[in-house]
Amino acid sequence: MEIQKKLLKNDSLDKLFAQLKSAGKIIIAPVRKGDQTYFCRVESASEIDFDYIQTVKSAKEIVFPRIEKLFDYKIEQDSQKISETDLEKFSEIVLFGIHPCDIIAFRALKTVFTWDYTDNYFIARQNKLTIIGLSCAKHDEYCFCTTMGIDPGETAGSDILFTKLSTGDFLAEIVTEKGKTIVDIGTELFLPDPVVNKLDYITKVPLLFEVKELSKKLENMFESPVWDEMSLRCLGCGACAYVCPVCSCFDIQDEGKIYSGCRYRCWDSCGFGQFTLHTSGHNPREEQFQRWRQRIMHKFLYQPDRQQVMGCVGCGRCSRACPVDMNILEHLLSLTI
Amino acid sequence: MRDNIYKPYLMRIEKITSEAPEVKTFQLKFINEDEGKNFSFKAGQFAEYSAMGEGECTFCIASSPTRMDFIECTFRRAGKVTTALIGLNEGDIIGFRGPYGNIFPIDDWKGKNLLFIAGGIALPPMRCVIWNCLDLRNNFKDVTIVYGARTVADLVYKHELKEWQERTDVKLIITVDPGGETPDWKGEIGFVPTVLDKIAPSSENTIAIVCGPPIMIKYTFPVLEKYKFKAEDIFTTLENRMKCGFGKCGRCNVGKYFVCKDGPVFTYAQLKSLPAEY
Repeated sequence: MEIQKKLLKNDSLDKLFAQLKSAGKIIIAPVRKGDQTYFCRVESASEIDFDYIQTVKSAKEIVFPRIEKLFDYKIEQDSQKISETDLEKFSEIVLFGIHPCDIIAFRALKTVFTWDYTDNYFIARQNKLTIIGLSCAKHDEYCFCTTMGIDPGETAGSDILFTKLSTGDFLAEIVTEKGKTIVDIGTELFLPDPVVNKLDYITKVPLLFEVKELSKKLENMFESPVWDEMSLRCLGCGACAYVCPVCSCFDIQDEGKIYSGCRYRCWDSCGFGQFTLHTSGHNPREEQFQRWRQRIMHKFLYQPDRQQVMGCVGCGRCSRACPVDMNILEHLLSLTI
Repeated sequence: MRDNIYKPYLMRIEKITSEAPEVKTFQLKFINEDEGKNFSFKAGQFAEYSAMGEGECTFCIASSPTRMDFIECTFRRAGKVTTALIGLNEGDIIGFRGPYGNIFPIDDWKGKNLLFIAGGIALPPMRCVIWNCLDLRNNFKDVTIVYGARTVADLVYKHELKEWQERTDVKLIITVDPGGETPDWKGEIGFVPTVLDKIAPSSENTIAIVCGPPIMIKYTFPVLEKYKFKAEDIFTTLENRMKCGFGKCGRCNVGKYFVCKDGPVFTYAQLKSLPAEY
């Protein structure tokens, strides 16, 4: 559908939220806690941090929770039962105030979770999710979304994209039918197009390198000594993967006994030594540099090549979270020289 | 495809055979008969077997798709899940997800000689394709099987080895590592690559299928190259740690290829172009 532009007054937000809540939706938005911002459930607009640059953790857990129960089982000799989660019971969520980089990350996740085999847990959660994005008014030295092909005012992936104007009101760009249903819930709150130059309100993130060139270079870099140099200080803690909005590697674990229990899908990371460890003791990626190489190769070469999506959106979270200050942007820049 | 891609079929263990120390074969039957009727697979594919409460582990289906009365798997006790599996009894129930992965292109092998080379616990993944080819025996010319294990006791499928030995349309060479022989051992003594070199296989119109521990594979490929086997005519099946089996969990990739989706069957020509992440 063609994008429709509307104006939403700052003081109308609470009314919109009230209407969304009475329509049975949960609102999740960025909330400041000390000097950090997290996606949390909110009841009113006053709780929201509109000026954040980046949340510590991404919003991926809304569609890909840390732990997803796959089923319960009860097995006896003469009666066996596998009871699955009722996908209809997942909550209707409105994710408010998420930035374009994170929104594009949902697409990469979807590509993984629908690659030949469709993961219905992911799809069911995504179907219940409405995204009201927020353009970025600020960025910091860790951000490189534009280099990853994402504009900080990008509408793609949002159902509605908000841009905060100098008056404190919002330009609302209604992108999808799902977005339109939100407008329909609070029709009287959405006023006519304010006719503003959106670009005036959006930060300018510099383009740092050609990502296609990077992918091309990586094709011949498997044996390069740079991986060892780059990862010397890596602790293999996996923080980068846990905060990443695109990382989707997971483990499957059981909890219970042979006759009853449940099976879970839970987050994992290619940075962990045990990730690829065979039972025999053999490990194809035994050293940390091999695992760091896998991380970079997967995001910037394998994933674009196999699934036509970039495995990185330039949100910068991994660099902000790294306990030993490994900076992915510095690494990527050094690879492109 | 099933609605819930993580949901296993429930299978009853109909029969357990002890093959070798710590190695067992399970004969499995679908508890839900309709699921069994709708299930099909091809030689080379693998599955996720679960000891409920302990987790899942990956093995190739060891029985042939030409014999669909049962699904069979053979495994050695190695980790947490296989330890739980080996403790189960006939009549017990396990989970089974699959089939996953690609296949041995046996339709392309019509009219060719087949040379199977297996080591140790890697005969089970090859047994599927061996029986598949033997059940379609007229499609192929000479069939040779070279199989080695550390000791005589470690040889698996002992009764089937005997059956293959007695067949006139199969040439079977069995070997055990030096020191692994018994006083009455009549087979070869030596490592698989050495024995293979000794029998000097002809590469003419021949497909080689190699399955074994990494060290055996490493030394077997050069022998095959010595006898002028083309890298495209040498097949193997890779094993990497897996969780999902369908290209999502992220751990089995070798470069940009996923063992679970693009494999587990690869040609030596393909392996040569891949990084050694297996």
